[in-house]
Amino acid sequence: MLQLGHDQLLGAYRRMSTIRAFEERLHDEIKTGEIGGFTHLYAGQEAVAVGICDQLTVDDKIVSTHRGHGHCIAKGCDVKGMMLEIYGKADGLCKGRAGSMHIADLEVGMLGANGIVGGGAPQAVGAALAAKMDGKGRVGIAFSGDGACNQGTTFEAMNLAVVTKAPAIFVFENNHYSEHTGVDYAVGTAKDIASRAEAFGMKVWRANGCDFFDTFEQFRDLLAYVRAGNGPAAIELDTERFYGHFEGDPQRYRGSGELDRIREERDCLKAFRKVVTDAALLTDAEMDAIDDEVRILIDEAVAQARAGADPDPATVADDVYAEYY
Amino acid sequence: MAVMNIREAILRTLHDEMERDGDILVLGEDVVGGNGTAGGPEAIGGIWGTTGGLWEKFGPNRVIDTPISESAIIGAAAGAALAGKRPVAELMFADFVGVSLDQLWNQMAKFRYMFGGKTRCPAVVRMVYGAGMQTAAQHSQSVYALLTAMPGLKVVLPTTPADAKGLLTEALRGDDPVMFFEHKALYGVKGEVPDGDYRIPFGQARMVREGGDVTVVACGRMVNFAEKAADKLVADGIGVDLIDLRTTSPLDEDAILDSVEQTGRLVVVDESPPRCSLAADIAALVATRAFTSLKAPPEMITGPHAPIPFSRVLERAWLPSPQTIEGAIRRTLAFR
Repeated sequence: MLQLGHDQLLGAYRRMSTIRAFEERLHDEIKTGEIGGFTHLYAGQEAVAVGICDQLTVDDKIVSTHRGHGHCIAKGCDVKGMMLEIYGKADGLCKGRAGSMHIADLEVGMLGANGIVGGGAPQAVGAALAAKMDGKGRVGIAFSGDGACNQGTTFEAMNLAVVTKAPAIFVFENNHYSEHTGVDYAVGTAKDIASRAEAFGMKVWRANGCDFFDTFEQFRDLLAYVRAGNGPAAIELDTERFYGHFEGDPQRYRGSGELDRIREERDCLKAFRKVVTDAALLTDAEMDAIDDEVRILIDEAVAQARAGADPDPATVADDVYAEYY
Repeated sequence: MAVMNIREAILRTLHDEMERDGDILVLGEDVVGGNGTAGGPEAIGGIWGTTGGLWEKFGPNRVIDTPISESAIIGAAAGAALAGKRPVAELMFADFVGVSLDQLWNQMAKFRYMFGGKTRCPAVVRMVYGAGMQTAAQHSQSVYALLTAMPGLKVVLPTTPADAKGLLTEALRGDDPVMFFEHKALYGVKGEVPDGDYRIPFGQARMVREGGDVTVVACGRMVNFAEKAADKLVADGIGVDLIDLRTTSPLDEDAILDSVEQTGRLVVVDESPPRCSLAADIAALVATRAFTSLKAPPEMITGPHAPIPFSRVLERAWLPSPQTIEGAIRRTLAFR
């Protein structure tokens, strides 16, 4: 079934567990009122970010979405720096300028979360065109949701990628909700978002985004195809959003028992654990130990973020330009 | 020194800089022209003549014809810049900022600030602007004020071939997004261009002439209109300080204020409607920072609060002219 070694599996579990713990903790901490602004949680979709980013190098570039914490962690952003950023502190990954919605870390190839739905897709094509100039098989990846698949920027980006044969990858995470509107209403091809990419002339893959192994294997094939210089490709992942569009969303649009059901039947962490223990690849004790380490990491991150210094108001207009006058 | 027009100065600068720096790429609609046709690539070579031959020299990975997809053009430039390249995107008409604004306004302009100063975004967006050729309401506008208002963008408007070279070179060597405005009626303007490496720092206006009686501030084609007005006034013994801003962001505030402190009189010429315009911005700068020097109210010579019309007669009526500028200069001097 799998070519992944013990350490790779344990690493993937650690990253998924970290994303889950990060988001669950934010869900609780936001209620204290200490975190301002909009926060969009990625819990439920961990298998997508990790199943994809675990196969990338730091030189592959990703652009993310408003629901970007998972992509950041999976691509290697510092967890404590992210927490400081979400608390708006001076030592945050982006000095408190980004908050949850605009976290970036260029050094790990994370070109930015994005507050504009669909805003990132053309940028991923630009990163892919840059990769094509270098000719080293690197790729540019746009994470998008079922919401962004309706944006004109996404269509323009897909066509530009096809006609320029750019090594761009469009990842459509279908969590069935664009904000508070269901995919069946908002997407004309609700049952098949990948078909849109196909219609633009690219090869597409489909996977169960709540299954790390399916995501990993489908994306592995896709990545080999794009790295080989065949032009862009897309993948649609059927996944679940465990929380609301934003924290504070009353989620009155959910069906009765829906959240319990998806947590029961579609939890990628539970599914991962079952597969690896059934196959005797990892033990419960190994994964429990990782969960404990992750809990300590998140505790420390929150404590450090709460205690962190605010930015100096005198820096409000710093860093607008590399050089101005 | 070689004599050439602005079109040639831009093409040569792009060529020389691309030769010097392998990270520079050019992308836009028909920058190659002819791809996918019987005529083949370079059948057009850029509709403005500013990119011809680059594809042949530098190849398809660095000179990229795009579909008509302005959001994707600007967005791809933004992404390539984040990924370490130096993209030069072309908007065939500056009016098309309207269909790509998010990628300029919410994306490219803000990356460096939002990301805590930890990134560069060295993208140059060349855009062709300006009225006077009957290109009507959607192909004639001077949208520099809109982009000047956006923190994070630099805005550049060359008026001479030498400035076109010096300012474009500066744009391509810097680390910030630059909006490079090329006036479609100025492409044929000829002048001497310095040889070799020639850079003009942003935020340094060009003092076109010093006359001491009135300060006229302009940019782009309006500089040439103001020169004509100033020429006519010489016979009456009226001397004009004419300032070509060259860049509206950063703005050479000192050049404007220093001159107004001497003359006490200001005329701003702006090829755009008056509201929230560059003219209003500069009038406000002078009113707030040089109030006690003023001997007369600032004069703003702009188009009307109306779109740009097609008819030659109406378009002339819309545009500032040497005559309206001359009238404003005489009014401000007559004010007691």
